[in-house]
Amino acid sequence: MTARRMLWLMASFAVAVGFVMLWQAVADAKLVLPLFLPGPDRAWAALVAGIENGILATKWLGTVERMINGWLLASLAGIVIGAMMGSSAAAQTYFGPFLELIRPLPASAIIPVAIALLGLSDAMVLSVVAFGALWPMVLATVHGFASVEPRLHEVGRTLGLSRWEFIRKIALPSSLPDILAGMRISLTMALVLSVVGEMLASRDGLGNWILLSARSFRAPDLFAGVILLGVTGLVSASLLSIVEGRLLRWRATR
Amino acid sequence: MSAAPRKFDGRGLLVPAGLLVLAELAFWVTGMQSDSLAPPSRVLVAGVNALADGSLILGTAQTLGSALVGVTIGFSLGLGVGIVLGMFRFLDRLLEVAIETIRPVPAIALFPIALLVFGFGYRMEFAIVAFASVWPALILSRAAVASVEPRLFEIARLLQLGFFARTFKIVLPAALPRIVVALRLTVGLALIMAVTIEISSNTIGLGNAMMQAQASLDPARMLAFLVWIGIVGWTLNALMLAAQKRIFGSILSGEAQL
Repeated sequence: MTARRMLWLMASFAVAVGFVMLWQAVADAKLVLPLFLPGPDRAWAALVAGIENGILATKWLGTVERMINGWLLASLAGIVIGAMMGSSAAAQTYFGPFLELIRPLPASAIIPVAIALLGLSDAMVLSVVAFGALWPMVLATVHGFASVEPRLHEVGRTLGLSRWEFIRKIALPSSLPDILAGMRISLTMALVLSVVGEMLASRDGLGNWILLSARSFRAPDLFAGVILLGVTGLVSASLLSIVEGRLLRWRATR
Repeated sequence: MSAAPRKFDGRGLLVPAGLLVLAELAFWVTGMQSDSLAPPSRVLVAGVNALADGSLILGTAQTLGSALVGVTIGFSLGLGVGIVLGMFRFLDRLLEVAIETIRPVPAIALFPIALLVFGFGYRMEFAIVAFASVWPALILSRAAVASVEPRLFEIARLLQLGFFARTFKIVLPAALPRIVVALRLTVGLALIMAVTIEISSNTIGLGNAMMQAQASLDPARMLAFLVWIGIVGWTLNALMLAAQKRIFGSILSGEAQL
């Protein structure tokens, strides 16, 4: 990181601090009802208290666990389904249109069906999260397989690779950028659906926490939950970027 | 979605049609009565009923209306900020931390706040959809402006264009194709957000109709609304795609992936 970049980041950080101070000033001047908008000081106090007494920390863990489980499940299934579809022309012809039909369906619309089938349970939330995160993965993998350099197919044939060997040694590595991009979209999806699922099914998690805080007009607790959700999104996306950078290092040399 | 237009292949219809027939047969053979699932024929009947009693049309109008108003507010805001940030890199750098901290907050997490402020109904849904729409609009239009051919800016300087002339005569036309792609993606997101809010709590729209059907143990009606939501989403996307192709040709279809 160059010195210039550091300076810009510091300046940018100062601007962000300025916004928080503005928020504080607005809250102190009571320009907005304190019932709706607590100052950052009160939100921060609620966040610290919630983490110290373990309540908020437990909720946070619940949400993160749901998000990661659903996401990993979806990623695994999505890559397998995508690889099967991407490496077989027959699968493309038969299942491609079906996929295109389901794709624009908002994932959350599946929630009432999941409730009808599984009740208001953890299994319901997990299946909704996994279902919603599955489609971006399938599409990304199919797209990655479709854009494998044609000459690599020839190479595979020349080397006499079996279909499985071709997938493992050529197609999967070269679709990795697409797969990782799909995993990133899936992760966002998984977080959103975990929160929605918790709200509806009253599972122990941040979604439920912010809903209950709002119902009992505990605005600082509500904002603490929202901040924690934002941090979760930010940290998980950054972690994924780091992984992406490491896994795709070979690409930079191209 | 591949860039090359695929020829229509009737074999692709076999799988969905086969699944439907299989589901119908399964219900007939087992004679199953279920509170959570229904055979396709009854779903179709329920769909026709919902159309006849007007609830389907009302719900569609409410959902689409909320999504479109919300996306109009959110997209214009995001577009405006995105263009300014794309043109003035120092502003972009200064706001980096602030934007990257707020952006990952899932919009749906704000709905309890919107509920406190606005109560149930349209305004709450507008607010959440707008918040969710700001980010893709901002990020994508900023990228669109930043990728405008630098020589065009030199021409603007040469012609001594003022800020507004430069924005409207040079930057916007050059970035327009990518901005339209951004609009299409954002509209899709807005529909998803609208349905999600309705399912989570709001008392209007298709999502709410689905939840009510589920709560009154009417799976046929619930599934009819699910299928309808799918049709609405698919049609909206197809319309936007067709409009985009009509305006800009097929140059951009390769960028449709996101």
